[in-house]
Amino acid sequence: MFPLIVLAAVLRWGGDSEGGAPYVEADPGNPAIVRGFDVEVADEIAKGLGRQSQFVQVQFQEIDQSVARGDFDIGMSGVELTPARCASLLCTMPYFEFQEVLTVRPADRGRYHTLADLKGHRVATLSGTIAYERLLQSEKEQGLILVSYDDDVHPYEDLKSGRVDAVLLDNIIAARALRRTGGIVIQPEPIATGHYVGVLAKENVALRDRINEILKAKMRDGTLERIYRKWEIWDEYQPRFFARAGEPSPALRAPSPAAAGEGHTHTKWDVTLKYLPALLRASVITIVLSCVAMALAIMAGVVIASGRVYGGVLTRAVLTLYVEVVRGTPVLLQLFVLYYGLSSVIKLPAFIAALLGLGLNYAAYESEIYRGALEAVPRGQLEAARTLGLTEYQVFTLVRGPQAFRIALAPMTNDFVALLKDSSLVSVITVVELTKQTSIFAANIGSWVIPGALCAALYLVLSLPLARLAGYLEAKWRMSTNE
Amino acid sequence: MNDIVRIESLRLNRGSRQILRGVNMSAQRGELLALMGLSGGGKTTILRSVAALETFNDGTIDVDGVVLRPGPLPHRSTMRELRKRVGMVFQLHYLFDHLTAMQNVTLAPTHVAHVAHATANERAVQLLTSLGVSHRKDAYPRELSGGEAQRVAIARAMAMDPPLLLMDEPTASLDPARRNELGETLRELVAGGRTLIVTTHDDDFVRDYASRVIILAEGEVVEEGDPKIVLTTPRHPATKALLQGGL
Repeated sequence: MFPLIVLAAVLRWGGDSEGGAPYVEADPGNPAIVRGFDVEVADEIAKGLGRQSQFVQVQFQEIDQSVARGDFDIGMSGVELTPARCASLLCTMPYFEFQEVLTVRPADRGRYHTLADLKGHRVATLSGTIAYERLLQSEKEQGLILVSYDDDVHPYEDLKSGRVDAVLLDNIIAARALRRTGGIVIQPEPIATGHYVGVLAKENVALRDRINEILKAKMRDGTLERIYRKWEIWDEYQPRFFARAGEPSPALRAPSPAAAGEGHTHTKWDVTLKYLPALLRASVITIVLSCVAMALAIMAGVVIASGRVYGGVLTRAVLTLYVEVVRGTPVLLQLFVLYYGLSSVIKLPAFIAALLGLGLNYAAYESEIYRGALEAVPRGQLEAARTLGLTEYQVFTLVRGPQAFRIALAPMTNDFVALLKDSSLVSVITVVELTKQTSIFAANIGSWVIPGALCAALYLVLSLPLARLAGYLEAKWRMSTNE
Repeated sequence: MNDIVRIESLRLNRGSRQILRGVNMSAQRGELLALMGLSGGGKTTILRSVAALETFNDGTIDVDGVVLRPGPLPHRSTMRELRKRVGMVFQLHYLFDHLTAMQNVTLAPTHVAHVAHATANERAVQLLTSLGVSHRKDAYPRELSGGEAQRVAIARAMAMDPPLLLMDEPTASLDPARRNELGETLRELVAGGRTLIVTTHDDDFVRDYASRVIILAEGEVVEEGDPKIVLTTPRHPATKALLQGGL
């Protein structure tokens, strides 16, 4: 009994401190200490429940899955009210009303007021949000180009640098970006209205109802207003919202558990079908990206390996340094540097940056394989070629290279399969490939089971033929090489 | 002069070891010259020096007008001339593992001499047939027996039609019957005016097929002449040791 009582005395709430102020911001000195209006709302809820609030760090996109699994009691850092979310989980009543607003460069202030104005232009947002869904719809209907990010800082930086033409996000986020960087303009007309809610696991109905009572009371007694004013997010929309909040409109009311359960299974399969084309498209991105990056890695790898085998002292030193630096640092870091770090010098499109990042990273590994393979070709083979009158270049291209290639084939295939999977890393620079599309899908239906299985199946479909082909070539060439 | 190769005061050191200590020798057109000597006597090193696979410290090597001197390997144009004159068959053959017997033979004609593929193939089949291995033309090196591989290696070197052919230990892994076949083959090669320099330990082979023999000991020429005389009445202790089977 005793441990249960201890557990019950704590309200574990999950949020993403990477989201920062005014939602949840971690103390730089001690990440366990957090501040923000969501923190204070959580504290008020805990107080109302007679519990101690305890913060649990979780990735914003994973809040739903995490609460469903029971990592914490309630998730609430800028969690939006969406029908899908409130169908698969329990939502509290909304406690804040926000506006989806467009942010543009000052020069475009007079041009882009609505999504229709942005036809054919690149519009950025944070993935897994209402804004994302809204843009997805506009992509189909109005022909704008959606660019999704995993964080809400880089969309604004890319707006300033010209990689995107507008950002659609919550007014709180936009205002914060304006304060942080300046040089951007928030359009006053909201594109859509949304609400923040707390999200709970399906079985916590009683807890959810008690929290709703607490939220309602805190709205009435001015506690929430005080918090929002303190964090400078109290605006002209809140009084009207607070007045309505006692009796949410039918649209905002969460569906009853029974209806949700039924609609849920339906939706899941419908959504799966709806997402299938997107997943297949993402697979194409993955395979094209992997193939072209591998081709680049092979070509650059051959050049590096040749340089290290045949080159002078300086060439060898430079290439060795390249290989060591690239192998010794994370590919994620290299992608960030290529895409964001170099953006003041050269503004690479995301797909090109992804290609270069993966290709040049794998080139370092390939070059080591080729170097080993080149050195494994017996000296006598090279001497025999020389006595026949072949030039050094011909010895390399006609004898040493082809023999080294056969030696390198097996490790190369391994690397290609690894590259295929590593290509999922490029989602950090806004390329939506298979894994990213899957996580969007999973966030949308609130489950990883179907998306995960589909995604795994697609990766296998891509990688198994490769393994087969390599096996075939190895078997064929084993005939022709010694032992 | 009728010499195709003239080697003068050839010295070659490897570290502090003296491998060749002033070798003087020559080979005439159309002769089958055998190089004999105990292991480590410098036989293979002489062949490799003539083929410019080794640099040397002193002396000169003149191959039909192309002169090799001490120091780094000569310029590309000189090398090209040398390669036209000298072919080599290695003891371990070193056939190109990734190519068939046929492709091994046609590689140099097509890529160095720029002969048309059809012509190169035709000539390769002729060579392989004359060497008795045309039925193995589509086999890869690892599928060939030692004798077959040797014949393909000879065909590969002959495909460029060099006037001088160097062969390192061609008799080493052959049984007596095969050895005689090889002897007959080499005899045919020299009949056309070609020069062969062959290193070997097999004195019977030398007596039967070589037109001249040179005995090397510790990096120097110690005896040379008609094999029937040199190998019957040896004068130098090294030659005697050689004949007593003191390999």
